[in-house]
Amino acid sequence: MNGWRAGIAATCLVLVLWQTVIWTTGVARFILPPPALVAQTIWESRALLTEHAAVTMAEVLIGLLLGAALGFVSAIGLAASPTVRALVRPILVFSQAVPVFALAPILTLWLGFGLWSKITMTIIIIYFPVTSSFFDALMRTNRDWIGLAKVMGASPARIMWHIRVPAALPGFASGLRLAVVYAPIGAIIGEWVGASKGLGYLMLLANGRAKTDLMFAALIVLAVLTILLHTAVNRLCEKTLDRPEVS
Amino acid sequence: MNQPLRMTGSAEIDGTPIFSQLDLTLTPHSWTCLLGASGVGKSTVLRLFAGLAEGVTFDGVLSDTGRVAMMAQQDLLMPWLSVLDNVMLGARVRGERPDKDRARERLVQVGLADHADKLPPALSGGQRQRVALARTLMEDRAIVLLDEPFSALDALTRAQMQELTADLLTGRTVLLVTHDPNEAARLGQKILIMTPSGLVEVAAPFTPIPRDIHAQDVLRTQTDLFDHLRRPI
Ligand SMILES: Nc1ncnc2c1ncn2[C@@H]1O[C@H](COP(=O)(O)OP(=O)(O)OP(=O)(O)O)[C@@H](O)[C@H]1O
Ligand SMILES: [Mg+2]
Repeated sequence: MNGWRAGIAATCLVLVLWQTVIWTTGVARFILPPPALVAQTIWESRALLTEHAAVTMAEVLIGLLLGAALGFVSAIGLAASPTVRALVRPILVFSQAVPVFALAPILTLWLGFGLWSKITMTIIIIYFPVTSSFFDALMRTNRDWIGLAKVMGASPARIMWHIRVPAALPGFASGLRLAVVYAPIGAIIGEWVGASKGLGYLMLLANGRAKTDLMFAALIVLAVLTILLHTAVNRLCEKTLDRPEVS
Repeated sequence: MNQPLRMTGSAEIDGTPIFSQLDLTLTPHSWTCLLGASGVGKSTVLRLFAGLAEGVTFDGVLSDTGRVAMMAQQDLLMPWLSVLDNVMLGARVRGERPDKDRARERLVQVGLADHADKLPPALSGGQRQRVALARTLMEDRAIVLLDEPFSALDALTRAQMQELTADLLTGRTVLLVTHDPNEAARLGQKILIMTPSGLVEVAAPFTPIPRDIHAQDVLRTQTDLFDHLRRPI
């Protein structure tokens, strides 16, 4: 596993740099805590971190699931109907001009401090990448495959479901891969704006009390979870949705 | 399906004429080969017969073909479906119950019985084209349209595929578009060259198909065809 080795090497490099900065500048530990202290905090606060990480991960996973499903259905709708395309595409493009972060307070206002405002934020953030990469793939179906199915007497709906959708699954997979990286951002922003649980909430809390080590600990836990999630989804995509190109 | 299939008329794409005053008749239960320079409109004729000519404006008369089967230069196998499922693609996309036993028989006919569960990328180009042939046979249509189905194959595989296809499609009305005079001479029961000014018929051998590559009449027809194709229009 070359990837793993490179990852470990890179991590070591970052740790060395981090420690070097502390030694050379003598920066206070409440500004930049040393790696060893952060490691110690992660271990000592493991119960607290686990509790909050579970909440954030629940938001991320539910958001991912719903956002991906929504993107899947929308892309098919867009690809199937020129009318839907003409109506919805400008809205989608315009929606990308709205800074998503600005929506977080409104979502909290509408949906409250619980899970749903964060899940919705996550859905909004991943919806576009999933929809657009799946849609693009659906529009790129080999014309000759469609022609073959037509000659066989297939209806447009069946061509969509039996030819275009399976042909476009690798495009859906690339959308998912992006979504996995974006999803935690949505959840964390949601938590920053208003929450009583989750890693984002914990970071703000720790920051406010100058517990920089705990903030770093939460950040690292979040990063590690994101990487694990990305790896898992990547594996899943490789096994199910990707396909080697036909030579 | 004993009426001759006829196409008479002109076609254009976006106002650019593709062919005009074409008069093409397919004899029922026999092979018609269509040759001609690249871009002269052979594939367009075939697509018109198949009802696939989007963007082509056809002005003329075209017999009703009913449902046809089609096979092209690319195998058009779905890479996510097994060989067997590719053979049964027609039933799948029409929402019919697929007949597995019949599909397996088709695979036996093309000599790929042992490859039923493989995915297309695991096959060679020649094997993939045989799967495409099995899929075409599975459709079981009276009219079969072939657009340079063997042109991507090596010479030996091509010769084998020609024989196999001729054997398995006997009795059907076949339109074969090809660039290969030898192929036309081996398989054509009627041979036509398409030119911008219309169709030119070249006498085909009378012997049954598939004809032997070295047969005298095949070689003679092949030479004839070369001469015709080279002749300035
Ligand atoms: N979508 C299109 N738009 C405009 N012109 C087209 C289009 N498709 C085909 N043509 C033109 O129609 C003409 C006939 O094309 P067609 O594919 O039928 O030729 P062909 O005889 O099959 O050629 P080849 O032997 O190379 O396969 C060509 O001159 C081509 O440029
Ligand atoms: Mg062509």
